[in-house]
Amino acid sequence: MSDVVEKTLSALPSLLSLDSQAGPGKLSSSSKLGNLIKGITELTSKHEEEKLIKKELASLKEQVASPNTTMRQMKEIMVRAIYCEMLGYQASFSYIHAIKLAQQGSVLEKRVGYLAVSLFLKETDEFLLLLVNTVLKDLQSTNLIEVCMALTVVSQMFPKDMIPAILPVVEEKLTHPKEIIRRKAVLALYKFYLIAPNQVQHIHSKFRKALCDKDPGVMTASLHIYLQLIKESPESYKDLTGSMVTILRQVVGGKLPLDFNYHSVPAPWLQIQLLRILAYLGKEDQGTSEVMYDVLEESLRRAEMNHNITYAILYECVKTIYTVHPKSQLLEKAAECIGNFVLSPKINLKYLGLKALTYVVQQDANLALPHQITIIECLDHSDVIIKRETLELLFRITNAQNVTVIVEKMLEFLRLTSDDYSTIDLVGKVAELAEKYAPDNVWFIQTMNSVFSLGGDVMQPDIPNNFLRLLAEGVDSVEDRQLRLFAVDSYVSLLQGETAKLPQRFLQVISWVLGEYSYLREEDSDPGSVMRLLARLLDQRHTSTETRSWVLGAMTKLCSSPVSVALARDVCERYSGSLNTVLRQRAQELMILSQDTKLRASVLPAEGRLESLEVDSSLSFLDGYVSEALAAGAAPYKSPHQRQEELVQEKALSLEPYGLSLPVSLSSCSITDRLTDRQSPTLLSMSSGLSGNSTELSHKEGSTALKLDGVKRVWGKDGYLAQQQSAGETPIPQVELPSPLLSPQSPPSQTQKPSSGPEPDQEKRQLASSLFVGLGSHNSVCLMGRAEPAPRHFRRKPRGESSSGASEGSSDSSHSSRSAAVDNLLLSNLLDTTTVASEGGAATTTLQQTSQRTLDHTTSNGSPHVEGTEQRVEAGGPLSLIRGNGMVAVVPPTHTRTDPQTQPDLHPAPALERPRDLPLTSHLPAELSGLARSELTTLCSDHDPSLALSACRVYKEDALVLLVFISNNTDSTLHQMALQLTCKELEISCISGSPLKEVKGHSVSVCLHTVVMKRASVQVELAGLLSYQRPLGQPQAAQFSLSLSLKHFLRPLTVSTGDYGKMWLSFSHDLKQNLRLVTTEHQEPLTATLDALKGKLHLHIVDVIGSEGIVACRLLQGQGQGQPCLLHCRVHADSLAVWLRSPVPELPDSLLYHCQKALTET
Amino acid sequence: MIKFLLMVNKQGQTRLSKYYEQVDIEKRPSLETDVVKRCLSRKKEECSFVEYKDFKLVYRQYAALFIVVGISDTENELSIYELVHNFVEVLDKYFSRVVTQIMFNLDKVHIIIDEIIQNGHIVETNKNRILAPLLALDKMAEAH
Repeated sequence: MSDVVEKTLSALPSLLSLDSQAGPGKLSSSSKLGNLIKGITELTSKHEEEKLIKKELASLKEQVASPNTTMRQMKEIMVRAIYCEMLGYQASFSYIHAIKLAQQGSVLEKRVGYLAVSLFLKETDEFLLLLVNTVLKDLQSTNLIEVCMALTVVSQMFPKDMIPAILPVVEEKLTHPKEIIRRKAVLALYKFYLIAPNQVQHIHSKFRKALCDKDPGVMTASLHIYLQLIKESPESYKDLTGSMVTILRQVVGGKLPLDFNYHSVPAPWLQIQLLRILAYLGKEDQGTSEVMYDVLEESLRRAEMNHNITYAILYECVKTIYTVHPKSQLLEKAAECIGNFVLSPKINLKYLGLKALTYVVQQDANLALPHQITIIECLDHSDVIIKRETLELLFRITNAQNVTVIVEKMLEFLRLTSDDYSTIDLVGKVAELAEKYAPDNVWFIQTMNSVFSLGGDVMQPDIPNNFLRLLAEGVDSVEDRQLRLFAVDSYVSLLQGETAKLPQRFLQVISWVLGEYSYLREEDSDPGSVMRLLARLLDQRHTSTETRSWVLGAMTKLCSSPVSVALARDVCERYSGSLNTVLRQRAQELMILSQDTKLRASVLPAEGRLESLEVDSSLSFLDGYVSEALAAGAAPYKSPHQRQEELVQEKALSLEPYGLSLPVSLSSCSITDRLTDRQSPTLLSMSSGLSGNSTELSHKEGSTALKLDGVKRVWGKDGYLAQQQSAGETPIPQVELPSPLLSPQSPPSQTQKPSSGPEPDQEKRQLASSLFVGLGSHNSVCLMGRAEPAPRHFRRKPRGESSSGASEGSSDSSHSSRSAAVDNLLLSNLLDTTTVASEGGAATTTLQQTSQRTLDHTTSNGSPHVEGTEQRVEAGGPLSLIRGNGMVAVVPPTHTRTDPQTQPDLHPAPALERPRDLPLTSHLPAELSGLARSELTTLCSDHDPSLALSACRVYKEDALVLLVFISNNTDSTLHQMALQLTCKELEISCISGSPLKEVKGHSVSVCLHTVVMKRASVQVELAGLLSYQRPLGQPQAAQFSLSLSLKHFLRPLTVSTGDYGKMWLSFSHDLKQNLRLVTTEHQEPLTATLDALKGKLHLHIVDVIGSEGIVACRLLQGQGQGQPCLLHCRVHADSLAVWLRSPVPELPDSLLYHCQKALTET
Repeated sequence: MIKFLLMVNKQGQTRLSKYYEQVDIEKRPSLETDVVKRCLSRKKEECSFVEYKDFKLVYRQYAALFIVVGISDTENELSIYELVHNFVEVLDKYFSRVVTQIMFNLDKVHIIIDEIIQNGHIVETNKNRILAPLLALDKMAEAH
């Protein structure tokens, strides 16, 4: 690479002369930049600017190429080039000269050269390679300034692959006598860690030395590395807690030199950094948290000075206190602190206070109570940012009782904002709250109407999808009918009005709902009215093509009466000639179906809409197609999670106008291809619990909805919440349930208000009482409910009870008790026996006993019991010894014996030549006998009759052992044997190192391999190749393949209910689906189904309560590792609603496929 | 995490920009215009933080000069707000007349920023230490 520079340089020989004339040149060139800047400042139009810069660039280009340009002039040229690039005009011709300047300039010029390089080049630029030698030279320079600047540029950008070239020199600098050099070396290593963590793994001990450096600057620099390391794996650095605490104590105590102070506050940014590190260390770890309580308290106390920077520290401190394991005394102090922020007249502090409050109410919603009046004032603040932050806060404290008021406030904001990003975010939140807490149908539909009108076509596509699913789900209870009917009525009246302003997405929802549920309108109304409205919509100019195809779809479902058929015919005639293929097809469908009533009834049955449809969500029927495509070089499929994650990783500053890359692509999925599109709502009409990816998306993208990162959920686990409540906040205003009327002014409070702040006027009081109602007494439920992507309110409705004509109030209370039951189940705080009893009845005890028994069964084996066909190897079989070569040579026993286990189908062809009819299973190594194993499968018996291959799987606790039996049926010995197993999805390792060599005549050799899955997949094909040679023969090879399924790699995961709850919350990939329930005579359907799953898939049933059960398993992966997958099963109508969660994106999908299969087979 | 730092005048012209996340230079002007518009439209009594797409802007005004910092959502807005002030104090210490001097000493301002922020993280806030390398450079240049 240095050659390249050399060549370039020899082309421009005059540049080589290091000309550094001092003198008057300095002023004139500096005024050149001055002139440029002045020129630009005086310009009035973009066009003029462009002209001026183009001219400037042309002159710069000429100057850099001139042989007479000195390095000093070059420096000025670079600054001007930087200026031009800053204005957005590329000056790429100067890049190489920047590198040259860094190489050849004297110190200040060199620095500008480096600066220009760091501003011009991207980290991936190949030009950077040209810099490596210069950097290396400067690192070794005796001039400290040069070393310094080289380290600076290295810590800004450096080619990843060249790190080894300079790493030793940089490492050496860690012991340099000058603090600035040590500090910059640490920062350079931090950069290396960021871009290539593996390269610096070996110097972790040196990082520790840097942490203990006597110079505070060096120590501070090392904290960047530690923040990153601790964030990634807090467990590995718990031992540093003490050091971090000591450092913070010293900083807070003013032990640093005075020049570290900022406005008399000692090193504030260092304090903030340390507090963040402590938060990561103490999160969910009581022991570690206890170490830091004192210093946190001291930080709170010390930060008394009234300066912005102390508030910045306080904010961080409060966050840390609410992140680590809770200590009530400290929490109270931190909460008090928030008061100072929120009540401050300074608007910036108020903002930060709201932000802090938003963070802490996620732990304890009661903390909002003392600040009610302030919050209400902020809600009407003239500053839109403050308003927005307040809504964020309210979103976190929403419950069933204040939802109407809060949603109204959010909608108010939405009507005024024009910012797409806020709209997308808020609309999602409103939809979430509406689904979760809607008090009644009327409100729900009206709110969703607002959501669709306001969210328009920018909102996340999962909002309409979820809404339609919600409508479609559930049995035909009175309530469901009412909801649907109300939606229909409301849409009919919308369509009767002006439709031009309604977003297309909303019109599509309307069309679908009208198509599905118009029949609910009483027959007394005109049968053709809906049809006419749709036809009118169809003909309107503003209706998009996509919407039109939805409308036609709806019409197809509606053309039952003669009036409608006539209308349909009319429509068909116009659209069957449409230029758009999709519209033409829809029109054709409409035409044919409207004429053939019988066909229509079978294609679109009116009463069959609610039957649940089994969906092969893993699309296994496409496997063949996929593998073909892969073989042809197609890119492998990436799940939405993965794509999203990659997007996030790649994401630099996004400049697309509010583009949310993934959802946009989803939105393009339309009903138009209803056969292939899993998200299409038409499919939803048939399957009640279809798990589209949209749920996962909403969860992931749910950053818009729930930001739970870094939020500790220790509350509830130890019943801490209860303590906190009893510790006593102000008495909670008890207000009767808000009337279902839409008025934001709920009935005024009857009890006295906490008297904090100035006396509020009546209106604010009313607002306060309606906003903060339900906090306190109910908050345990709300908080818990919030800790997970909460179950939808409507979906949670107990379907069975609706016949009793439950009023809103009672359905609400049963909702909360049910969700409490789920929370209990998930978080294991208290097994609420009353709830269980009320729901599961007397059967509960027996159920639990059953599950206990089955549990014992599993654990006593120590290994899963696999499918009925498997046998156990008798102890004391023929002796076997494992040789060092991974082969088990078996000496055939001399006595013959009749073995009942002999499998006649094992070696069909060469049966006579089989070595004495011994069962191959007798060749199993002793340490594997006693473990569950599969039947023997014959592999490629037809290749060479004298050689038989068969395989068998043994299920070990930590791995799957695959045994390949090689039976030599001739007298001659087989030589040069080699067995090769390949599969890219699997990690295969021969149990002991060297390959097998030979198999003697009439004997059997066994090869053992442990196999684990690298990535969860439904089924994988393992390719095997056995090469061998007979005496005097040519080398031969036998090929075979063997398919292994995910279930072979599943093992029970024995966890407690408490651990299950914790894990559940921390896993991000989830999937929901309805499965078939297994019904047997003597068991409850839930137990029977879970037992079936357990038997077939080696799952561990953690707990069963009432109609819900939690199940856990792990997928073998790597040595002693396993990826967990949790299942939450609930009996819902006559199916089993299963919700899977795992940290691995592919696992839930693949496991679900097997669950489905297992239950179908049962 | 700091995403970028901008210095603009009241007319919205960029005086200095430094990005810590890759943004194509063709796209920078429109981003900057958009960002500046948001900050300039804010009133005095409104807070100094603005939501912008999926990140936040922290801005501070010094006479005719605006300094705007783009930060991720997890960053502490107030600490960045004060970081800006610390930066201005450093400039003040080095240059006699900040507003005009920074225009004509683009390179030196960049050298100062490089000492304070690297890879989007705050790496030095001690004023003496921030200025030490630059002062040493100046001394060397004088000696020449």
